[in-house]
Amino acid sequence: MYGTGLLKGLSITMKNLVKPGRMFTLNQYPDRKIGLIGLAKMQNTNALAFAVKKPGTAVKALVGMVSVPDRMPQHGRFRGEEFSWYEQRCTGCASCAKYCPLGIIRIVTHPSEQQIPEGDKYFIDVFDIDIGRCMFCGLCVEACPYDALHMGSGFEEGKYRRHDLVINKQMLNESPKRPSLWFRPQIEGKDYHPHSHEEIEWQNAGRHERPTVEQQQERWTER
Amino acid sequence: MTVKTEPVTINLGPQHPSTHGVFRLRVTFDGEVIVDVEPVLGYLHRGSEKLAEGRTYVQIVTLTDRMDYIASMSNNLAYVRAVEKIAGIEVPERAQYIRVISAELQRIASHLMATGFLLNDLGALATPLMYCFRERERILDLFEMLCGARITLSYMRPGGVFQDTPPEFWPALEEFIGNMPTYIDELERLISGNEIVLTRTRGVGLLNDVDAVDYSISGPMLRAAGVEWDLRKADPYEIYDRLDFDIPIGALGDTFDRYIVRIQEMRESIRIIRQCIDATPSGPIRAETPFFIRPPEGDAYAAVESPKGELGFYLVSDGGISPYRCHVRAPSFINITPLREMLLGWKMSDLIIIFGSIDIVLGEVDR
Amino acid sequence: MDFSETGILSFHGIYGIFALFLPGWLAYAVTCGVLAFIVINAMVMSTALYTWFERRMIGRFQARLGPNRWGPFGLLQPFADVIKLIVKEDTTPSTADKIVFAISPVILFAPTVLTIAIIPFGENTFLGRLNIGVLFLIGVTSVNTIAVLAAGWASRNKYAMLGSMRGVAMLCSYEVPMALAITGVVLIANSLSLYDVVQAQSVPFLIVQPLGFLVFMAAASAEMSRTPFDQIEAESELGAGYHTEYSGMKFAIFQLAEFMAPIVTSILAVVLFFGGTRGFDPIPGQLWFVIKVVLVLFGLLWIRATWPRLRIDQIMGFAWKGLFALAILNIFVIAIEVMLFQDGEGNITTRGMWTMAAVNWVITIAAIAIMVNVLGGKKLERPTPKPSPLANMYAEAD
Repeated sequence: MYGTGLLKGLSITMKNLVKPGRMFTLNQYPDRKIGLIGLAKMQNTNALAFAVKKPGTAVKALVGMVSVPDRMPQHGRFRGEEFSWYEQRCTGCASCAKYCPLGIIRIVTHPSEQQIPEGDKYFIDVFDIDIGRCMFCGLCVEACPYDALHMGSGFEEGKYRRHDLVINKQMLNESPKRPSLWFRPQIEGKDYHPHSHEEIEWQNAGRHERPTVEQQQERWTER
Repeated sequence: MTVKTEPVTINLGPQHPSTHGVFRLRVTFDGEVIVDVEPVLGYLHRGSEKLAEGRTYVQIVTLTDRMDYIASMSNNLAYVRAVEKIAGIEVPERAQYIRVISAELQRIASHLMATGFLLNDLGALATPLMYCFRERERILDLFEMLCGARITLSYMRPGGVFQDTPPEFWPALEEFIGNMPTYIDELERLISGNEIVLTRTRGVGLLNDVDAVDYSISGPMLRAAGVEWDLRKADPYEIYDRLDFDIPIGALGDTFDRYIVRIQEMRESIRIIRQCIDATPSGPIRAETPFFIRPPEGDAYAAVESPKGELGFYLVSDGGISPYRCHVRAPSFINITPLREMLLGWKMSDLIIIFGSIDIVLGEVDR
Repeated sequence: MDFSETGILSFHGIYGIFALFLPGWLAYAVTCGVLAFIVINAMVMSTALYTWFERRMIGRFQARLGPNRWGPFGLLQPFADVIKLIVKEDTTPSTADKIVFAISPVILFAPTVLTIAIIPFGENTFLGRLNIGVLFLIGVTSVNTIAVLAAGWASRNKYAMLGSMRGVAMLCSYEVPMALAITGVVLIANSLSLYDVVQAQSVPFLIVQPLGFLVFMAAASAEMSRTPFDQIEAESELGAGYHTEYSGMKFAIFQLAEFMAPIVTSILAVVLFFGGTRGFDPIPGQLWFVIKVVLVLFGLLWIRATWPRLRIDQIMGFAWKGLFALAILNIFVIAIEVMLFQDGEGNITTRGMWTMAAVNWVITIAAIAIMVNVLGGKKLERPTPKPSPLANMYAEAD
């Protein structure tokens, strides 16, 4: 009958109201309101014991005023900021700079005098990435032949000035080495997630078929 | 007594809640009735086609993301198909399947967005929009698993896709495909039978099949006019000739038909994905291509059925590392050409929903 | 005004206290001020609470959470909003009609609050027991048409102008079915006083005359421009409608009046159709009143969260072709029934009420079924899709 569609629509919205199972997959970033039961579970007690021990906090949790930090759930392949860069692996070939569609990677090198374990290599004077213009396409990571550059996994690098967004060699060296799994199948299989707190050493970040030092030196002498 | 009236000209846009971007319409109203419409384009022109001439073939993939930014996968697919055609690259079969799955997922996401915003234009206080976004969110999660991004995907490369699917992708996709039909049913029960929606949309914004073909309309808008034409059947690309699916068509070519065709296309997309899941072989996902592709001199045009219509890329190569010319046949841009004829004589409220039912993306219109 | 029978929270109660130590005229003025202060602030506070309720509930309807950051369950969110609106710059367009621009928020706000003056909130809780309450109500609520027109005109903005023009046409049209729907109530209650209306509802009028209730609710939701009749604002078409150019505190007052309107409408619906303060005993009448108001508010919210809006000509057609006819039918039926069932003093027994209810439900369902199928039946038929011959997709490729 004409007119029943309106009532059907009302029943759908009511179903969504009373059935909370189909909420958005939203996390309450940056912190999440936590109820009394959740709070007690975090402290490894039950709700009643917790309420007896800390009545003030319990009441606060009951009215929804206690929050715990939370972060967005991301897949390990998330292409984020804070590039992970291993200076030990980088030869200064500037493939990344050439491959970048926006040309925002700047590399200045000079021939290295010191003995480097990785074979032929330039010493890197400058390695700047202008995050402010970066679109996180990941082509630089795809281009890197020695797996020295990885995407990061963060997204909270807000700054007040544009030039603060340029990350230089020092910042790249000091930043935590938690590379994203993007285009790095070799670390994807290792039961590693960028959000877990262990960092990846430079020896473990590369591809298996990467030539060893001997092979490289051999190749060098052949030339 | 006679009352002196005069038409009033209103700028709808470029900043307006319902122009789906920075689109501007100079509309002349006689009271509430539209007597003249003049679309003004170009507020989002970024010169993508010109930029493409200065970039290598792989780098242009990132530009295509930003054209139809709510259906990046389809844009990627159309572009890489053009490059493969001009450079003669053979794509591995697994890559083709993955590309079809992701393109169909993108079609569902885009149609959900179109439906939600159409209802928002109808004034439904964002409730259907939120339901649509809830399901779209799951698709974006799948995309994040595939390529680490949610909107600007850059997933495809000439010769395949850049990275194989992670192991957790397939169970998640199965779950999504299992649940999605019930979600669409729920959406349809909320919207399709609603008498207010029917009164607002039925018979409004008519575009018949002759006009649609004359204006070279494509996509759901053409099929709503009753023309059973779909590039996936008319000129099967990738593996679409192996798949079994129907082309939904509308009866009159009004706003309601455009909506219902989109809903039915989502169901067809689910059918396609289900067939693909069973058939996807293992193997390489990317043909061996050099970093800097140098196609031979010549030109190529490759088109796919994007959620908005026929999306084609025309590339001219001079043998260098970047195309000599890159032209995009953007469905959004061509689909708004009959806007004036569709709008004249309707009311202001109808303007919003007719415009909403065309489902344009300004990034693609202005490029 | 007839202040002969007044309650505790009433004009005479407070006047009596002030008259002990103040001269008569001053006590009168002070009482007026005190009462106005109490009523306006109570209404503003309940509106603030209602905005929180509305946003929370609509969030839940839309599978979201709604505001939950400020205070327990986000209860302080309205205050954060008010602070934000106060500190915002109050701009006036340079071409605007400054005086009209400035006073139209107040014109919209005032009648909404005035309505409260005559509402019986409880057995002895009311401000003034006006013997022509219903008439006062209809008169006062129609003032907001002027405010909408003034705001739209003074803004010198085409969107605002379109919105206010729609508003005037719509509000004027819906006055008629609303007044006619209330007439049915007056006929049964045999009085224009809202207090008597409540007293007459031994069976809630919602049950006795469902048709009147439906017409009243439809007309009232158009009067306060809520979905499906929110063409005045129509945020997807006109930006914000008649208050497009307003900002800062003026905008806040518009919003206040707009969010107060559902509360007032619910209160009226409760008084006229839900038996007002009547309920069973352990719970006091005032609490019954609040419970019923919240229920009606929830119903309005539910509709707002679900339905899209109609076009302006469809809205006008609905008023004149649909609601007007239904309201006339309602009055006709009620008048005949009242003639049959009313005794000499103008009272109707409970048994008579139930008989009327039974008859009216049948009439209501039949009338609505006929009405919707006459008005919208044609739209049901639709041709089956036929593939157009223009598609030559299976033709041989050249």
